[in-house]
Amino acid sequence: MRTIEQTTQEILELATTQFKVPAGSLAADDDFYKKLGIDSLQALEMLSRLENHFRIELPDYEVQGVSDFKTLAQRVQARL
Amino acid sequence: MLDLKKYNSVGEALRDALETWPTEVCLIESDRGEEKQRFTYRNFKDKALPLAKSLQDLGIGPGDRVAIIMTNQSKWLISAYAIFFCGATLVPLDFKLKPEEQWQLLKHSGAKVLITEYGIWRQLGSSPGRSAATCLKTVLATEAPENADMAGAERWEAMKGTNAPVFVLQKRQDVACVVYSSGTGGTPKGCMMTHENYLEQCMALTSLYPFWPGVHYLSILPTNHAADFMVGFIGPLTCGAAVVHLRTLRPEYVREAFPQYQITYVTLVPLVMKNLQKGLQARFEALPASKRKAFEALRNINRSLTKDRPRLWLSRKLLPQVHEAFGGKLEAIIVGGSFSEPETLQFFYDLGIPAVNAYGLSEAVVCITVNDLKPFRADTVGKPLPGMEVAIRNPDTDGIGEVTVRSKTVMAGYLNEPELTAESIVDGWLRTGDMGRFDSTGHLQLFGRKKNMIVTEEGKNVYAEDVEQAFEGLLVKEFCVFAANFIWPQRSMVNERLLLVIHLEHGQAFTPELKSEISTRNARLTNYKRVHGLVIYEEDFPLTASLKIKRSELAQRLAALDREQSIQPI
Repeated sequence: MRTIEQTTQEILELATTQFKVPAGSLAADDDFYKKLGIDSLQALEMLSRLENHFRIELPDYEVQGVSDFKTLAQRVQARL
Repeated sequence: MLDLKKYNSVGEALRDALETWPTEVCLIESDRGEEKQRFTYRNFKDKALPLAKSLQDLGIGPGDRVAIIMTNQSKWLISAYAIFFCGATLVPLDFKLKPEEQWQLLKHSGAKVLITEYGIWRQLGSSPGRSAATCLKTVLATEAPENADMAGAERWEAMKGTNAPVFVLQKRQDVACVVYSSGTGGTPKGCMMTHENYLEQCMALTSLYPFWPGVHYLSILPTNHAADFMVGFIGPLTCGAAVVHLRTLRPEYVREAFPQYQITYVTLVPLVMKNLQKGLQARFEALPASKRKAFEALRNINRSLTKDRPRLWLSRKLLPQVHEAFGGKLEAIIVGGSFSEPETLQFFYDLGIPAVNAYGLSEAVVCITVNDLKPFRADTVGKPLPGMEVAIRNPDTDGIGEVTVRSKTVMAGYLNEPELTAESIVDGWLRTGDMGRFDSTGHLQLFGRKKNMIVTEEGKNVYAEDVEQAFEGLLVKEFCVFAANFIWPQRSMVNERLLLVIHLEHGQAFTPELKSEISTRNARLTNYKRVHGLVIYEEDFPLTASLKIKRSELAQRLAALDREQSIQPI
C-alpha cells in the first residue's frame, strides 16, 4: 500500500510528463490549473491518466472543485 | 410526439409517453465506454412508480419541494418523474456547487426531501452548512456501497413503496420547478417555472428541431441546467426518443460516445465547441499536403452547396471521415450557455455539422431565439421561437436596447422575491438585462449586458461583448472587455473607457509581439469602439457551471486592484 507521500509524488511525476514541464517544478500545494495553465477539459484528461496509473475509478464529482495536487492525492489515496 | 397542447402538467405528458412507447429505448447509461444500463419506457415506469409511492408515503404532495443533486444519469430523470407524479415541485440543483452553496439553496428552496448520489452525499453530509437547512426531512442517496455509513440518508434503491401510487393532477399554472439561475448576473435566484412554461417551450423547440423514436440525445450539460432539462429530458421523453448519459465526461469518452451511440443531437457550451474545433483543426493540419488540399476543396464545395440550408446527406458523402467521427447520424449541435464566437459556429457548419446558435435564459425556461438554419447565420442568435413576443426596449439610434420577452414560457416569478420579480417582469414583459437589436431579416443580434457598456463622447453606446469579437483568437489564456466604470464606478458619465483584461497562459510573457497584435486588432475597430487600456490579470477568471465568465464577479475582483496602476496604455 502506497503512503500519501508516495501517491502525491507519483501524481506530480505523471503531471510533469503529461504537460511537459521541467522535472521538479511541481509541488503538492500547487494549484494545477494555475501552475500548468490548463483548462477544465485538460484537467479531466489528467484524471484519466491517474485512473489508469493507479487502477482506480475517480468519479467526476469526487474531484469537482479540487485544484491542488495535495487534495487530489488525498482523493486518490482514499480509492486505493 | 405527443400533442402537448392537451396536457396540464409535465407529469401528465410523461405519464402518457411511458404508455405510448413501452418498448422504445428511453435511457442508455455508459460508464467509461462500457454500457451499464439500458431502459425502455416500460422499464423507466417500473423504476419510477415505486419511488413515487415511497415519496407519497413520506407525505410528499402538491406544494412540497423535492431537490435533486445528481450527476447526469438515469436515476436523475426517474426521480424527477416520480416527483412530478406526486404533484410536488422539483428543485434541480447544481452538483458542481460547493456543499455550503448547496445547503444554502436547499434552505432557500424549503425542500423537504433531497435525492442525491452517495458520493455527493458524503461531501454534503459532512459540511457544516447542513444545520442551516432545517426544512430538509429526508435524504435519499443512490448507489451507496453495502456497508456504507449513510449519515442519516436512506437508500434510494430501497424506496419501493408496495402499493400503486396515486397520480396527482396539476394545473398548467402550478409550479413544476424552482430553478436556480447560474447566470452571470450575480446571486442565484429561484425561478418558479410552471408546467405551462415547460409544455409551451417544448412544443416551440420541437417544432423546429424535432425528436422521434430512434433519436439518441447525448446529455452532457448538467441536467439541472435549463438546457439539458428541456432538450435532455422533457423534449426527448415526450417524443419517444432516447437519452444517453455518460457517468464520466472525460473528453475521450465523450468522443467515443458519438460513434458508439450514433448520436443525433447534443448541446454544448462554447468552451467545448472551441476545444473540439482545436482538436479537429490539429488533425486537419497534420494531414499530408495533398490530402489536406483535397480536404479543403471538399469543404469548400460543401460550404457552397449548403449556403441556403443544410444538406446533411450530401455533407456526409463529401466529408465522410469527419461525419463518421461524430457517428454519422448527427443532425445538429445545439450551442448554448453563453455567446458563441461566429468563427467557431462557421467552422462546424462548413464541415456539414449545423451548429445551432440559440439565446435565452432560465427565467424564460431556456430558449427565446434560435437559428432555424434557413439559412445558417453565425453572426446572430436567430429568430424568436414560435409563441415568443420579443421586443427591444428603449432602443438607441442604432436600434440597440434591452431585450424583453412576453410569452407563455416566462416564469411565474422569483421564489420569495416579489420585489425582484416586479423589477424583472414589468407589464408581462420579462426584462432580460441583455442588449440586442433585430436585423432586417428578423434575426436577433446581441450586444452585451445592460450595464457593462460605455456611452462615448459622441453619444455612441458601445457594448463590451461586441468589442470582444475583435480579439477572438488572441493568443492568451482568456480575455474579457469591461467598461472601466463597470469595474471602478465613477459616478460620472463622461470620459468613459473600455478596457481589455487579459490572463496569460502559464509561463507566457507579455511580449512586444503580443502587445502589437492587440494594438493592430484594436486599430481595426471603429474608433469609438476601441479599448483604451489593458489590464494583465494574474488569476483564472471565475466561471459559472456552464463555463461562462462571471463578469460581475470578475469585475469585483478587478475592483480590488488600483485603477491607475493596473491600466496600461494600448
